[in-house]
Amino acid sequence: MIRLLRGVTGAAILFILLELATRADLVNATYLPPASTILAATGQIATDPAFLGNVGGTLLAWGLGLLSAAAVGIPLGLLLGSSRRSYLASTTAIELLRPIPSVALIPLLILLLGRGLDMRVLLVAYAALWPILFNTIYAIREVDALARETARAYGLSRLAILRRISLPAAAPFIYTGVRISAGIALILAISAELIAGGGPGIGTWMISNSETGVPRELLYAGIVVTGLLGLAINGLLSAGERRLFRWHHRVRAAQ
Amino acid sequence: MKVLRGIGLRVSVLAAVLITWQLITVLVDDPVNWPTFADVIGRFWTRWLTNPDAWASSLAPSLARLLAGWAGAVLVGVATGTAIGLSARARDVLGPIVHFLRAIPPPALLPLFIVLLGIGDGMKAVMIAFGAVWPILLNTADGVASVEPLHRDTGRAFRLPFRDELWRVILPAAAPRIFAGLRISLSIAVILMVISEMVATVNGVGFELVQAQRGFRSLDVWATIVLLGMLGYALNAVLALIEAGALRWHRGATRTAE
Repeated sequence: MIRLLRGVTGAAILFILLELATRADLVNATYLPPASTILAATGQIATDPAFLGNVGGTLLAWGLGLLSAAAVGIPLGLLLGSSRRSYLASTTAIELLRPIPSVALIPLLILLLGRGLDMRVLLVAYAALWPILFNTIYAIREVDALARETARAYGLSRLAILRRISLPAAAPFIYTGVRISAGIALILAISAELIAGGGPGIGTWMISNSETGVPRELLYAGIVVTGLLGLAINGLLSAGERRLFRWHHRVRAAQ
Repeated sequence: MKVLRGIGLRVSVLAAVLITWQLITVLVDDPVNWPTFADVIGRFWTRWLTNPDAWASSLAPSLARLLAGWAGAVLVGVATGTAIGLSARARDVLGPIVHFLRAIPPPALLPLFIVLLGIGDGMKAVMIAFGAVWPILLNTADGVASVEPLHRDTGRAFRLPFRDELWRVILPAAAPRIFAGLRISLSIAVILMVISEMVATVNGVGFELVQAQRGFRSLDVWATIVLLGMLGYALNAVLALIEAGALRWHRGATRTAE
């Protein structure tokens, strides 16, 4: 309770400081509009169907990309996590691919696929793949060897061990990987729109607005909405984490 | 023999991918859209690796922006993170603001920064710093907040002045977490360097990349991606070396404690 109160106080103080700074002409209002103006503009675009269409465009590429990353990353992670040979065989390939900054692929993907949705989805999927893949690999490796051996002693097949022991034990960590990837996916979805344009999206909206010189508060409002979107995505996934894996936290707390 | 087999196993998937790439592109025979692997490496060699002019005109400005922005993020992140980590009250007051700012995908700030700061080097450094600061800040705050109370109490019992406590007890104890933050922020900084150069500049690696794409020079696009991959790899390796040196005592200390 006291934490909430302090948090609200902090946000309120910042809001008032920003408001006063512009009202007292300490900052040029064309650069930083008063906080209340930004808030009003945020409300305005958040209820504007045209802008919401752009948010929808970003979320579509985000969701499809994240799903594709999970569809590839989790099975691949299971394989590389459970077989030492296959992990070793792919280490060099992974170590050389991972440091490539994902935004550098945008020009290449534009040349190969054009500026449509498939290009955005592929880019988002590539960037979102890594946290999911690595969390799955490490999670599978950390599964209690004793539990696995016990299951084997009772005659469970490899597949049954994977399904009934390894996957449930690894699920919370895999989920964490998906949550990290969700944030990265949003960054890449917006980056692709900024660079490639084409199709509705928050990034497309922002770059065209900054070029036509709309009122500044609209640009700030767009950023506030993106921040809220990021918070909402992370908040929802964290809430899901606590709900889905309550048993896991109880087990860990008991240990 | 065993060593050779180990190396063979490690590169097997990479080799398979590259050989497949080479075979398919030779069969497709469409060098404009689908260059062969050998051509890409050849272009990387002549366009970047053995081309000092390109280093001076593109790589140097890019690296300068990257390091300036990242250094700013390190200074602000460690200083603010330490202050927040030391005071539970500051954590509560600033927490929501920090979490909101961190949730903004940094590229979304690019159009605004261009309008406010222009398209110069300063804008790019600010952009890189803004995106890279959060992992450092949050990891530092976390590391500082979770220093063993016993260690700090011991320091205080010996009447260690606060400055010594900070430099000799708190920051060293938080160092592993801080380095973890540095590593994440460095790769974010590279991404933001590239994207800020793609949208607005007259030079830099990101600019060359976009120019090659606009001129439909796909071989140059591939070669520049190889360069950026190498750059990311090298930066990580340098930071890992610094970390290994700085945290040598830490591994020794945890080993004795076990």
